[in-house]
Amino acid sequence: MYTRVVKKVLLALTATALLAVAISVTGCNGNENGDDLSFDITGSNTVQPLSVVWAEEFMAANSGASISVSGPGSGVGIAALIDSTTEIAQSSRSIRQSEIDAANARGVDPNEIMVARDALAFVVHPSNSITELTFAQLSAIYTNEITNWSELGGPDLPIVVASRDTNSGTHVFVKETVVQMRGLPTEDTSLEYGPGVLFLPSTSAGISEVAGNPGAIFYAGLAYVTEAVQAVAVSQTGDDPYVLPTVETATDGTYRVWRPLFYYTNGQPTGTVKTFIEYCLSAAGQAKVLDVGYVPAG
Amino acid sequence: MGERVIEGGIFLASLLAIVVLLGIVAVLLRQGLPIFAHTPPWEFLFGTKWYPVSEPPTFGTTTFFVATIWVTVVATVIAVPIGVACAAYLAEVAPSSVRESVKPVIELLAGIPSVVIGFIGLLLLSPLVQSMFNLNTGLSGLAAGIMLSLMSLPIIVSVSEDALRAIPDEFRQAAYALGATRWEVVRHVSIPAALSGISAAIMLGVGRAIGETMTVLMIAGGALAVPVSPTQPMMPMTAAIASGIGNAVRGGPQYQALFAIGLLLFLITLAVNLIADRVLERQKRKFVR
Repeated sequence: MYTRVVKKVLLALTATALLAVAISVTGCNGNENGDDLSFDITGSNTVQPLSVVWAEEFMAANSGASISVSGPGSGVGIAALIDSTTEIAQSSRSIRQSEIDAANARGVDPNEIMVARDALAFVVHPSNSITELTFAQLSAIYTNEITNWSELGGPDLPIVVASRDTNSGTHVFVKETVVQMRGLPTEDTSLEYGPGVLFLPSTSAGISEVAGNPGAIFYAGLAYVTEAVQAVAVSQTGDDPYVLPTVETATDGTYRVWRPLFYYTNGQPTGTVKTFIEYCLSAAGQAKVLDVGYVPAG
Repeated sequence: MGERVIEGGIFLASLLAIVVLLGIVAVLLRQGLPIFAHTPPWEFLFGTKWYPVSEPPTFGTTTFFVATIWVTVVATVIAVPIGVACAAYLAEVAPSSVRESVKPVIELLAGIPSVVIGFIGLLLLSPLVQSMFNLNTGLSGLAAGIMLSLMSLPIIVSVSEDALRAIPDEFRQAAYALGATRWEVVRHVSIPAALSGISAAIMLGVGRAIGETMTVLMIAGGALAVPVSPTQPMMPMTAAIASGIGNAVRGGPQYQALFAIGLLLFLITLAVNLIADRVLERQKRKFVR
């Protein structure tokens, strides 16, 4: 009787060990499995909806191709590229020097391809009478220097300032472009998000906060702006015109708060990945960009 | 012979748990400690500025520590009276048919995924908290603490109830014989006798609240000011790790700092669990005859 139990225990132990080996083996080779027709895209939450549409169209046109898309954040995508666990990293910010160094140290050569641009809208509650802001005013709001809408001629309401957390590429982009006013005469690289700013884990959490809170302000990609919130027209210095964020104003460059969206590959893309990226940059692919709410790479 | 093989197998299984624990500690130390070459421990623990993606980055974690304290205090203040009262009812008052149907339901509460708790907090509780306390935003330590209390409640009820039921019945019989009412028995006999077990239950509940991540990430608000009141938005230690690790360069200073926060968190929950363990041990010894 004991021998039977012992056999069972041994069998279970062997099975567990085999399973562990199998998992570690597939874990190491996750990048090389498959036949060149299947590949991964991971990274920015912002680029995610665009990649999904492109991937669906591409898979419909190329039977046998299999693309899996995930959007945990730009940093995660670039980290995955460095670790060679993805073929394409989608990112809403350009790769940092420290990340290039880390990649090179592992024999990975990040190759940057701009696939679209994203216009960022600053949104407030529809009941807010504020409809236009300058970069300097936005900077003062995001550094908590201005804490009440009445200081900007709006209602007597405390400003609830919401931002994405540091997992998001948007966090850094808004800090450099708007909070620190990069490239403007008022540029000040010592400025940081104020201590009262809410750092939220997702864009939709910020939109729902603004939709339900008359004093809130948040920033989000054009694709996320719904009727529940109101976008603010933005001027760089106050001397140039106030421009509302739309696909048109971002395409012609009059709206200034936009950023490039990138794909990163390890070296020049080859095989199916190359065909896929060529499709993304083609007229048909760029037409899809507008459908998703972004702006063509131009 | 067979006996010895089985014994060996079981020994290996228990060894595995210890090896895994030591492995986790080793990883936390290896990845976390190098940050102290960049930021001195004093500054890391007592600094209030957390700018991980700036040049140069600063890593002060007081904000997260204070936020963790706040949400845990709110959760404990709500969960302990309700939990202990519920346990006393189940163990001392309720007929066994009620106890047998109610206790599993309460334990089921522990099985609700934390992301669901977070959603409920985001959609239902946070607007309510905002209007009730007239706050700028409902995303606050208070809202997070209330939802956390729901998560530590099942632990507190379950462990306290076991402690109360472990008291020898002679205690109660003797009190009743002296003419005590049921309330007096619960208040002056059962609860004091089970106090160490109830304390352990509370510590386990506190440990649960400290370690919870998803709920506080979703509804605590995530502000970086040191919170002076639970009604402010705040970012507890677990949320700080979760909201930064995705974009941290592996092996970079931010990565190390987040691991160091993890190490700190591990030490805190370890301490809480050790205390709970010792208290429970004392409770067990009390009634050994």
